[in-house]
Amino acid sequence: MSSRRFVSSTMSVLTCLSAIVAVLPLLLILGFLLVKGASAVNLDFFLHLPKPVGEPGGGVANAIVGSLVMIGLAVAVGLPIGISGGVYLADSRDRHLPWAVRFIADVLNGVPSIVVGIFAYTLVVLPMRRFSALAGGLALGFILIPIVLRTTEEMVRLVPNALREAGLGLGIPRWRVTLRIVLPAARAGILTGVMVAVARIAGETAPLLFTALGNRFWHQGLDQPIAALPLQIYAYAIAPYDDWHRQAWAGALVLITLVFLASLAARVATRGRTIAH
Amino acid sequence: MLVASVSQAGTADTPPPARVARRMGIGFGDRLFGLGLTGAAWIVVLLAVALITALGWEAREAIVKFGWRFLFTSSWDPVQGRFGALPFIYGTLVSAFLALAIAVPLSLGAAIFLAELAPGWIRPPIAFLIEMLAAVPSVVYGLWGIFVLVPWLRDWVEPFLASSLGFLPLFQGPPYGIGMLAAGVILAIMVVPYITSVSREVLLAVPGSQREAALGIGATRWETTRIAVLRYGRSGLVGAILLGLGRALGETMAVTMVIGNRPEVALSLFAPGYTMASVIANEFTEATSEIYVSALVEIGLLLLLITIAVNGLARLLVWSVGGPASGGRE
Repeated sequence: MSSRRFVSSTMSVLTCLSAIVAVLPLLLILGFLLVKGASAVNLDFFLHLPKPVGEPGGGVANAIVGSLVMIGLAVAVGLPIGISGGVYLADSRDRHLPWAVRFIADVLNGVPSIVVGIFAYTLVVLPMRRFSALAGGLALGFILIPIVLRTTEEMVRLVPNALREAGLGLGIPRWRVTLRIVLPAARAGILTGVMVAVARIAGETAPLLFTALGNRFWHQGLDQPIAALPLQIYAYAIAPYDDWHRQAWAGALVLITLVFLASLAARVATRGRTIAH
Repeated sequence: MLVASVSQAGTADTPPPARVARRMGIGFGDRLFGLGLTGAAWIVVLLAVALITALGWEAREAIVKFGWRFLFTSSWDPVQGRFGALPFIYGTLVSAFLALAIAVPLSLGAAIFLAELAPGWIRPPIAFLIEMLAAVPSVVYGLWGIFVLVPWLRDWVEPFLASSLGFLPLFQGPPYGIGMLAAGVILAIMVVPYITSVSREVLLAVPGSQREAALGIGATRWETTRIAVLRYGRSGLVGAILLGLGRALGETMAVTMVIGNRPEVALSLFAPGYTMASVIANEFTEATSEIYVSALVEIGLLLLLITIAVNGLARLLVWSVGGPASGGRE
């Protein structure tokens, strides 16, 4: 075997090893979550409020509901802007604005989520003078927009022009062609983007610390502090009680299951469905 | 545009009144619709402007009071009202670059394996696992960090480093487990999937003719990768690494949970530290005085400006290989 071939196969082995080391933490994390979390997950965990320190049992029902409420708010705020903006990016013939929006969206996507939290704090918490579900939902919606925007753009681009031309040729106005022909054709792909974004915001903790704040009770309205699953996990994890640590592992197992389900739904939505060319 | 003008051409010569009305209706609907879409695009621009303005406004008190000294002093004393961000800037930079030092070789190796060298059947499952790794929430990494990684570092890795490399000031002092090293390792685990998937996309965007040319003159697989692929995609790979750096700089929860949260500048990686993101996470709700809140917001503003610069540069580099429509996100 020549030395060049030897180098080549050595590099194959080395890169293969780095791929293995790169995915190893995932297996370790999932393993620990299952081992430490599964024993504390039961029906009570999903149906009950947290118990005070020292009392065993209790659950995170309020936190799950709180997370769902804020994800709903985020989708309500972010989806219309994200999808309309994405359609604009795909269809516009303007020279400068689309480039700028694309660039800004990608940069916003990399802005630390804790900074987004400060933004929502100045926008909602300061004027209202209290922490609220609204502020948390807005922070999450802000994170959702760039993700939905860019996937929608990509998916609308994939819709073949012949479909648009067929609609326009029938005398259908452009806006109806977009709403009734283009968007339905791109629906699966856009849904994927939305699920990816939901998976991302479902696990966000930092932007909720000083917007939603957390709450040990059921939520009492959108203008009140609200619990969230990631916040609850954080509070339990840094507390000095063994029982709370168990709850943290269980909560993390539930959270990661939800996140993976959302990611999986995103994949299934587009499986085998590439838009015809 | 072409199609639109064709459909209008049919109605161009002396149209009956009803047609005219309908055409005006069409125009109105389209104009309104177009206006709505453009409005949504402008909202994204405005959000970015509002983000910077809001943080700048809330930070004005600290900016005026401390000036540039804020960046270079290391006293952090809320009771006395003295604030200097140096320990946090130091902690953010050291933990992020430590993370890159670990993550870059691994990620590039994994990306090259996935895009160039691996047999076809093994690529999808590994790419899938790496995607899953990117989807794990930060707080879950933090939980795992506290209860698994930190004890492992404390009992095995840090004693080993101290005994083998202890002559370096980096590896001196008592092994707490919690500290800069733990933050660097957890950050490395978190940015590996980002760097890997963006680099992989960059490598896949390299035209096949590059590889064929190299293979055609008798290069081995690795030589082809090195000469034809890596060199061609170099700027995109730098962009991928910068994207990872942006993530590492702004990552909050996992770091806050393992770094020890002590505002000191210490040379040893075993010592506890503090980052810009974690001080905001820990102290924002406890900040009582206005100047305290303002100082924390100024740290947030700094973090924002740094990540905008890093990410902006990264996007331009990644786009330079694949174009704006392809790759570079997530």
